[in-house]
Amino acid sequence: MPRFATVLFLAGFAFLLFTLTLTLGFGEPPMRAGQGVLDQAVAGTGAANAVSAVLLGFRGLDTLGELSILFAAATAGGLVLGHRRPAPDAAAAGAILQAGTRLLFPLMLVVGFYIILHGHLTPGGGFQGGVILAAAFFLPVLAGIGAGPDHALLRVVEGLAGTAFILIGLAALWGGSVFLEPLLVRPADLHALFSAGTLPLLYLAVGLKVGAELAGLLASMARPGGGEA
Amino acid sequence: MDAYIGVVLFLGAAGLIAIGVVGMLLSNHLFRMVLALVIAEAGANLMLVLAGYRWDAVAPILQPGVAAQPMVDPIPQALVLTAIVIGVGVQALALTMVIRIRETYGTLDMAEVRARMEADLAAAAGVAATGSRERPAGGRPLPGPDSLPGPAVLPETPR
Amino acid sequence: MFWLLLGIVVLMLTSAVLVLVLDNLLAALAASSVVSLALALVFVILRAPDVAMTEAAVGAGLSALILVLALRRLGLVGAGGARDGENGDA
Repeated sequence: MPRFATVLFLAGFAFLLFTLTLTLGFGEPPMRAGQGVLDQAVAGTGAANAVSAVLLGFRGLDTLGELSILFAAATAGGLVLGHRRPAPDAAAAGAILQAGTRLLFPLMLVVGFYIILHGHLTPGGGFQGGVILAAAFFLPVLAGIGAGPDHALLRVVEGLAGTAFILIGLAALWGGSVFLEPLLVRPADLHALFSAGTLPLLYLAVGLKVGAELAGLLASMARPGGGEA
Repeated sequence: MDAYIGVVLFLGAAGLIAIGVVGMLLSNHLFRMVLALVIAEAGANLMLVLAGYRWDAVAPILQPGVAAQPMVDPIPQALVLTAIVIGVGVQALALTMVIRIRETYGTLDMAEVRARMEADLAAAAGVAATGSRERPAGGRPLPGPDSLPGPAVLPETPR
Repeated sequence: MFWLLLGIVVLMLTSAVLVLVLDNLLAALAASSVVSLALALVFVILRAPDVAMTEAAVGAGLSALILVLALRRLGLVGAGGARDGENGDA
């Protein structure tokens, strides 16, 4: 009987949400702000990727807020878990993982930086590339190669990247326009790497910050625990 | 049949949110609660992206040498990008708290953790586990009305 | 297109229910990765390549990695496989 009540609750709740969403009308969005963004993305930011134009050009302040949320989460996680040196694991990683890590680490670095720097031209950007960088720096910890990323160095990289993001935004303010306005935009050079001015630099800062934070969080969670406290 | 694509997708998104919320409310194990949070966030992100879809439109990326076509709304996609990354940050923080609870109480069963937490709080406040600071003093059961001091102790009103 | 989307949505919802129902916590984690991967496919069909890439990298990759590391730290996954966790549904 409790299981039937659960199913009934689930069905009722899903039905409520579903009838609320039917009022939206699938396939015909009002696009009140979206159409303006699509029309002005190239002229305003020089980016071929409209989502990057929104993330860094039109709503750059929201990206700054997201960076601070990630910083708070990663710092709080590191504080709660502690930074003790990981104890040497009893079971060493297999030969495939070790050899594969040595092969994959430079490839993942290259792919990560490529995705970060081409975020304004192709699907990608700072967040996706940052996640790939974090995975690249966590792979040696899994394979047991080396002592893991240096937490102090990760903190320095994260701090510098965040400061760089804010300083680039402030540079626009000193130039006379608003905070985080895209600078050095060259829309005539569309589809080139330098067409979007400061946008790849902002993405680089975002990617390095996200990568450093997530790598630190993963490394501090990777200590094997036991059954006891 | 294509008219029902919207129905199927919205049902999927609503179903994911409902499954996630039901899992969070009714699960007894803390780790399963975090897994249900992951499902609920996935459903919410799907619903946001569904709000921006346009029939016969392309992805919002200009390609070299291709004429401009109607594109889907890019703003919900930017919001969902932010939401996914924030979601993983929240999940990581929730997991660190679960790890801490496990290290402190030794169990992940919600009922046991709740009972032990209340006992710890009561011990820290100096009261019994099911009592409060405002309980009236004296023995139980409390004395009835006929044992209270009578009118003899009140000052005599002058006639 | 409709049948493809219907199949993917059914896969997504079934895996989501399996997350709550399975006893083995490692299997529940794998089911949540399946949900993220199916969601990334839906995002590709909905013409959102940025979101699909982020969901695949973060949801199916990083989130599952964080969950597995937490499971190992909690002691619920040993060298011999996952022990049973509590059954979640009421």
